[in-house]
Amino acid sequence: MSDWIRVCALDEIAPQGSRVVASSQGNIAIFRTADDAVFGLHDKCPHKGGPLSQGIVHGETVTCPLHGFKIGLKDGAAVAPDKGCARRFAVKAEGGAVWLQLN
Amino acid sequence: MNARIEAAPLDEHHSGRRPKLVVVGNGMAGIRAVEELLKLAPDLYDITVFGAEPHPNYNRILLSPVLAGEMTIQDIVLNPLQWYADNNIGLYTGKTVTKIDRTARKVIASDGTEEEYDRLLLATGSTPFILPIPGNDLPGVISYRDIKDTDEMIAAAATHKHAVVIGGGLLGLEAANGLKLRGMDVTVVHLMPWLMERQLDKAAADMLKTSLEARGLKFLLEKQTEALIQGESGRVCALRFKDGLEIPADLVVMAAGIRPNTALAESARLYCNRGIVVNDTMQTYDPRIYAVGECVAHRGIAYGLVAPLFEQAKVCANHLANFGIARYSGSVLSTKLKVTGIDLFSAGNFMGGEGTDEIVLNDPAGGVYKKLVLKNDTLVGAVLYGDTADGAWYFQLVKDGQNIHEIRDHLMFGQNHVGDVGHAGKTHAATLPDDAQVCGCNGVCKGDIVKAIKANGLFTLDEVRKHTKASSSCGSCTGLVEQILASTVGGAYTPADTKDKPMCGCTDHSHGVVRQAIRDQHLLTIPETMQYMEWKTPSGCASCRPALNYYLISTWPGEARDDPQSRFINERAHANIQKDGTYSVVPRMWGGLTTPSELRAIADVADKYQVPTVKMTGGARVDLLGIRKEDLPKVWADLGRAGMVSGHAYGKSIRTVKTCVGAEHCRFGTQKSMAMGVKLERMLFGMWSPHKVKLAVSGCPRNCAEAGIKDVGVIGVDAGYELYVAGNGGIKTEVAQFLCKVKTDEEVKEYSGAFLQLYREEGYYLERTCHYVARVGLDHVKAAVVDDPVKRKELYERLLFALQDYEDPWQQAVQQPAVRREYQVIRLEEVTT
Ligand code: SRM
Ligand SMILES: Cc1cc2nc3c(=O)[nH]c(=O)nc-3n(C[C@H](O)[C@H](O)[C@H](O)COP(=O)(O)OP(=O)(O)OC[C@H]3O[C@@H](n4cnc5c(N)ncnc54)[C@H](O)[C@@H]3O)c2cc1C
Ligand code: SF4
Ligand code: FES
Repeated sequence: MSDWIRVCALDEIAPQGSRVVASSQGNIAIFRTADDAVFGLHDKCPHKGGPLSQGIVHGETVTCPLHGFKIGLKDGAAVAPDKGCARRFAVKAEGGAVWLQLN
Repeated sequence: MNARIEAAPLDEHHSGRRPKLVVVGNGMAGIRAVEELLKLAPDLYDITVFGAEPHPNYNRILLSPVLAGEMTIQDIVLNPLQWYADNNIGLYTGKTVTKIDRTARKVIASDGTEEEYDRLLLATGSTPFILPIPGNDLPGVISYRDIKDTDEMIAAAATHKHAVVIGGGLLGLEAANGLKLRGMDVTVVHLMPWLMERQLDKAAADMLKTSLEARGLKFLLEKQTEALIQGESGRVCALRFKDGLEIPADLVVMAAGIRPNTALAESARLYCNRGIVVNDTMQTYDPRIYAVGECVAHRGIAYGLVAPLFEQAKVCANHLANFGIARYSGSVLSTKLKVTGIDLFSAGNFMGGEGTDEIVLNDPAGGVYKKLVLKNDTLVGAVLYGDTADGAWYFQLVKDGQNIHEIRDHLMFGQNHVGDVGHAGKTHAATLPDDAQVCGCNGVCKGDIVKAIKANGLFTLDEVRKHTKASSSCGSCTGLVEQILASTVGGAYTPADTKDKPMCGCTDHSHGVVRQAIRDQHLLTIPETMQYMEWKTPSGCASCRPALNYYLISTWPGEARDDPQSRFINERAHANIQKDGTYSVVPRMWGGLTTPSELRAIADVADKYQVPTVKMTGGARVDLLGIRKEDLPKVWADLGRAGMVSGHAYGKSIRTVKTCVGAEHCRFGTQKSMAMGVKLERMLFGMWSPHKVKLAVSGCPRNCAEAGIKDVGVIGVDAGYELYVAGNGGIKTEVAQFLCKVKTDEEVKEYSGAFLQLYREEGYYLERTCHYVARVGLDHVKAAVVDDPVKRKELYERLLFALQDYEDPWQQAVQQPAVRREYQVIRLEEVTT
C-alpha cells in the first residue's frame, strides 16, 4: 500500500460535487456527498467510459452523465439492473483536507 | 417444508416482537403485495406464506406461451425459493389453509399446521368454473389454471389427437392456439354468437375468428354442450351438444369462466358477495384481515386480469405498512390477446350505448378494424384489431378521462400519424421480427425486449426501460415498446398514470403537486422542499433534483438560489458534454447574425486550442466541438473579448431565434425579421425553462426561417405579425398552432413573452411547449395571453423581472475563481519510487 497523498482542501470540492485528479493511474474522480463523506473512483463509467466525475451526486450514488448508469460511490458497482464496476480508490477527509491512496 | 420456529405469542403492542403477517395464497396478487410491502417497510412484519401449489410464485399469465412451446416452466418463475429465504419469509408450499380461527387469530392448514397472525392477507385467487354436465369428471377433462393443468395438456397433445376447448374467451383461445401449435386438431365451442364477447364487439370478433381459422382452428358458435361421453379406455372420447351433434374429443379443456375462491373466507364468516368484500383500503369486514386479487369483490367487481390486482396490492401494502394514505377506487380494464401474430386490443366501455358516440374505421380486406367510443368529449372505450399501434395511447386517454374536444377530428388517426422518427416508420409490433431494431438510440431489438420481459417478469414500461434501456433515451419508440409489452403480458399491462404520475422513485407526488406546494408554501430550497413533501430519499436523484431546482428558481426569482449541483453537467459546465468527455462551445449569434470580427475570433480560438471540429449547427450558428474542459474558461475569455456570450446550446433554456433576411434585403419581405429576431433573442437571454425553447421569425409567409415548427413562431404579414406557438421539430414533428395576430414589434415581444412565462410557470420539467399546450389546451393559453390584457401584462412583467440583471455565465466562470474551480483538474504530486 502506498502513502496517503494530499489532494486538496475539503472546501475545494462542492458538497454533492466532485473534482478530477489526474494521476499515473488515470483520471480519478473524487466525490463529496451532502454529509461530507468522500469517495474515489476511476473516472470511467463501466458502461461506455463516461466521466463519472461529471455526474449528479445523490445520496452515496452518482448518475453517469452520458446514459444514466447509477454507480455506488462506496463500491463502484452499477445499481441493478445495470451491470459493471468502476475501480475504487481509498480516499479520506482529515484535518480539512482530502487524501488519496493510489492502488 | 420450511417449518417455522414459533416466537412466543405476545400481543403485538409488546416491544421486542414483530407483528406477524400471514399470507394465504402464493400467487400473483399476494406476493406482489408482499413485494410492495417490503419496499415500504422491509422489517415491519414476520411474514409467512401458504401456497396450495407445490411451486414458488410464478407468472401465471405466461402459462400460455409455455403451452404454445415458446417458454418453459423455469422461465416463468417470478420469485425463486431463494427470494423467500433472502427476505426472511417463511414459505409453506403444497399446503392448503382450511380454517381461519378469528378469535385465536390463527390459520390452520389441512395437515394441521397452524400459524398465528396479527394481520392476515387472503389472496386465494379463483377456480375455473366446471360446467355441471354429465362426464365433467372424466379423465381427459381439465381446466386451464396452473402448472399442473398445463403439464397435462402438453402430455395429452403428445399422445392424443382431438381437443375441444369449451369457451371462446381470452383463456380458451390461448389454450386452443397452444394445443394447435402442439399438433392437435382443435375445436373451440362457444355459447355466444361471437368470440370474446366480453372484450370485443362483433365486427372485431369476426375478423379474429377468420384469422384463427386460417391457422387451422375450428369454431362452433352458439352451441350448448349437453354431455361428455366416456370411451372404452375410460377416458373422454366425445362431446354431445343439445342439438344432438357429437364431435370426437380426447381432451376437453373447460375455459368457461372463473369463480372467486371464497370458501375459506366464508367458512370464517367473512362477508362475501361474488368475492370477498373489501373496502377502498383492501380491508375485509374483519379489520385485521385484508384481501387482494381475483378472490376479492371491490365495489361489486371481481377482476380477472393482473393489472388491477397489482394496483390493489400496492394499496394494500401501503396500509399494511401503516402509511394509511392510498386508496383503491377501481380500474379501467384493457385486454390484449397473447396469440403471437395477432394484434388485438380493447379497453374500457367499447360497446357504447346510451349517450355515447362511435367513430368506426372498418377495412375487412386490409384486416383492420377500429372503433372509438366517446361520451361528452371524453374517450370511454376502444376496440382495435389489426393495427393496435395506438392502443396504449387510447387506453391512457380513457384512464385519464382527458378532454379530447380539440383532437376529436384526428383522434382516429392515432397519436403517431405524423412525424415519428427513429425506427424506420415501423409502428406495428406484432409483425416485427425478433431482430428488428426497436430503440434506435440504445440499439435494442424486439427479441431483447421480449426476452427481458419474460425472463425478469416485467410488467411496466419503467421496468422495461430499466432492464433493456429501450425507449429510455429519446423516447420516440415508447409506443412500440408499450405494444411489445402489451402483447407479451396481455391485459397485465397498464400504461403509467400520466396525470398523477410520481416525479420519480424518490416521491409519490406528481410534478403538478410539487410545483403547487413550492408556490403555496413559499419553499425556497431543495432540502426544504424534500422535507416538506416527505421525500423518500435523503438527497433525491438525478431526475428530481434538476426539476426541483428549476421549479424553485422559476417560481421565486431573486429569492431561491440556483443549485449547480442539481443541474445536469451541461448546465453546470455551460457547454455540451461529448461522448469522449470533451465539450462543445456554441457562442450566441443574435438572430443568426454575425460579423467578420466575431468570425475571426472564432477562427483564432479554433487554431489556438486545436479544436478538432468546427461546424454550422442546425440552429444557424457555429459549433466548436471537442474542447477539453480545462480549456473552456480560456476559450470563453477569448470569445468574450470579441463580445460573444454563451449560446446556451446546452440548456433547458432559450436556445436560438432563427431569422430569415426579411424586409431588410428580401424582395418579398413584409417585416424586418432579422431585427425582430434580435430583439426577441436579447429579451429572452438567460431564460431558464422547463425544456429548451426555440423561436423563429420569418419576413413573409414563405417562411424561410421554418417558424411553423418552433416553440414560438413569428411570421411577418402586411398588417403586422402572426404568432404561432407549441411547434416542435425534434423527435416528433408538431406543427405550431396559430395563437393570434398582432401589429407592432412591441406586441410581438409582449405576447410571446407572456406565452413563454405561462409555460415557465405551469410547465412540468422536461415538457416542451408542444406537450405543455397539449396538456392544458390552447384555449387555456389564449384565455391568459390573448383574451385577458391584464393577465398578459402581468405575465410579461414577471418574465422581464426574472430576466433582469442576468449575467453571461461564461464570463462568470472566467472571472470568479470559485466558479473556475469546476473546470480545473487536480494534478497529484506523486512520489515515484
Ligand atoms: C449542435 C446541434 C446539432 C448540429 O450540429 O446542428 C444539436 C445537438 C444536440 N442536440 Fe439538438 N442540436 C441542434 C439542433 C437541433 C434542432 C434544430 C433547431 O434547433 O433548429 C432540433 C429540432 C428542433 C426542435 O428542438 O424542436 C433538435 C432537436 C433535439 C432534441 C429533440 C427535442 C424534442 O423535443 O423532440 C434533443 C433531445 C432533447 O433535448 O431531449 C436534442 C439534443 C441534442 C444534444 C444536446 C444531445 C445531448 O443531450 O447531448 C446534442 C448535443 C450534441 C453535442 O455533442 O454537442 N436535440 N436539435 C444543434 C444545435 C443548435 C444550436 O445552435 O443551438
Ligand atoms: C393461462 C392463463 C393466462 C392468463 N393470461 C392473462 C393475461 O394475459 N393477462 C392478465 O392480466 N391475466 C391473465 N390471466 C389471469 C391472471 O393470471 C390472474 O388474474 C392472476 O394470476 C390472479 O392472481 P391471484 O393472486 O388473485 O390468483 P392466483 O395467481 O391464482 O394465486 C392464488 C394462489 O392461491 C392459492 N390458494 C388458493 N386457496 C388457497 C388456500 N386455501 N391455501 C393456500 N393457498 C391457496 C392457489 O393455489 C394459487 O396459487 C391468465 C390466467 C391464466 C390461467
Ligand atoms: S446531435 Fe442531435 S441528432 Fe445528432 S446524434 Fe446528437 S442528439 Fe442525435
Ligand atoms: S457511459 Fe456511463 S452510462 Fe453510458
